[in-house]
Amino acid sequence: MRTIYILWLRQLKRFIRKRASLVGALGQPVLFLFALGFGLSPIYARAGEGDYIQFLAPGIIAMTILFTAIFNGVDLIWEKQFGFLKETFVAPVSRFSILIGKTLGGATIAAIQGVIVFLITLTAGFRPESLAMLPLAFLYLILIAFLFAALGTTIAARLDDMQGFPLIINFVIQPLFFLSGAIFPIVGLPKFLEFITKINPLSYGIDGMRYALSGANVFSPFVSLGVLIGVSIAILFVGAYQFSRVEL
Amino acid sequence: MIKIKNVTRKFGDFTAVDNISLEVAKGEVFAFLGPNGAGKTTTIKMLTTLLRPTQGEIFLDGHNVKENPAATRRSFGIVFQDPSLDNELTAYENMQFHAILYDLSKQLYTERIPKLLELVELTDRKDSYVKFFSGGMKRRLEIARGLLHHPKVLFLDEPTIGLDPQTRNHIWTYVRNLNKVEGVTIFFTTHHMEEVDRIAERIAIIDHGKIIAQGAPEEIRKSTGANNLEDAFISLTGHEIREEEGNVGQNIMKINRKLMG
Ligand SMILES: Nc1ncnc2c1ncn2[C@@H]1O[C@H](COP(=O)(O)OP(=O)(O)O)[C@@H](O)[C@H]1O
Ligand SMILES: [Mg+2]
Repeated sequence: MRTIYILWLRQLKRFIRKRASLVGALGQPVLFLFALGFGLSPIYARAGEGDYIQFLAPGIIAMTILFTAIFNGVDLIWEKQFGFLKETFVAPVSRFSILIGKTLGGATIAAIQGVIVFLITLTAGFRPESLAMLPLAFLYLILIAFLFAALGTTIAARLDDMQGFPLIINFVIQPLFFLSGAIFPIVGLPKFLEFITKINPLSYGIDGMRYALSGANVFSPFVSLGVLIGVSIAILFVGAYQFSRVEL
Repeated sequence: MIKIKNVTRKFGDFTAVDNISLEVAKGEVFAFLGPNGAGKTTTIKMLTTLLRPTQGEIFLDGHNVKENPAATRRSFGIVFQDPSLDNELTAYENMQFHAILYDLSKQLYTERIPKLLELVELTDRKDSYVKFFSGGMKRRLEIARGLLHHPKVLFLDEPTIGLDPQTRNHIWTYVRNLNKVEGVTIFFTTHHMEEVDRIAERIAIIDHGKIIAQGAPEEIRKSTGANNLEDAFISLTGHEIREEEGNVGQNIMKINRKLMG
């Protein structure tokens, strides 16, 4: 427990000390929020779907969490290259604890960024349906953060350097984001796209959060919870195996 | 304490360590010598669970390193040849991180950390970020950190590289004391033969992945008919100069291996 705590604390300290990247990471969601929010609002309203910001805000919060969590997980590649990972890997600490510590650290940072973006969406006119549902929204936020921090860490365990990273971003993370219902509704899509959105765990995270924040949902909120928890556990299994294979 | 049986390690087609066997007794001070690229670091990485042997078996403090890496990790400490500090943390935080990973009590580490920082003369820089440290300061901090928990076996991979004679003297005095007082087995590599003369009880010389000589320093010197250990080392390993391959070279090699399959 003490070791997981110190691993978590180390990541948080690093995050707080790098204020520039903290602010930088907010650029993309703010741009999406304002450009898409104001750009597509009239079309969305004309299509009879209502207020687009109410729809978009949970998607943008989830996007922030997705990217922050993945980036923080992938941080592990730097630790490999700068050698720090050797220090943790020879310590009498199970690889599984290291994976958990790393994942919790990344998830905490992603959750903090998610909350900051939530506050920013309020300035763009977003209004949560009900204050009583905010704790539930926060639960989804944390689960999304945990899942993708674990995924980022697991991916990083396989990579030796940053060269494979753009590939991961373009062929895994961007599609996860665009095909998740973050920026458009996932009903009435072509069959193939619908299939992808249904096997994408982020769809369930966003849907759950949208249920809690805006009162609209496609899946049952319980199904969404189950999918997020189930997929996280599966990723941890794969991650634990990957971690046991890493050579430095 | 350490038993290496017919161990080979390959990187792709390249054999970095070639069928070596070694034994180090409990409480012994053992020097593992060889020119750059001979396979010293690779061997130490196999002993410390960072690399798996391609063939052969290793036992450390009775644990089979390959089959039981977790138990093995409780028995040793290491100072790496390459940097392994967190640059975004302060010197003290790096030490504290290590102490907690190794489950030292707060009482113990708050007592030991200042002493070790004093030993490597970093007391007045304890709250500076490591990223602002010079190469020598980082090196000293790595050593202090490696000495923080007192393991059964301590590996030191070229610990004193780039350090001035005074600091080297302090460090070897401390290490020797650790060996005498707590019975810590010491397994180290170095290019400074006077360090070997000073503290090693037994040595092995490795070249091109093979062990070419083993025994007490005096035996090795006599067997080559040299006047001192330095000459004995050169007569055993030849006169050509070996380039040290840095991390960059290694990463390129790794990528090449992947591309070539
Ligand atoms: N990860 C790696 N991939 C490919 N080759 C490696 C790797 N690590 C070490 N080598 C090679 O193995 C040989 C032995 O290296 P090393 O054990 O670091 O030597 P030493 O520590 O004795 O200087 C060198 O030729 C080095 O380039
Ligand atoms: Mg070496």
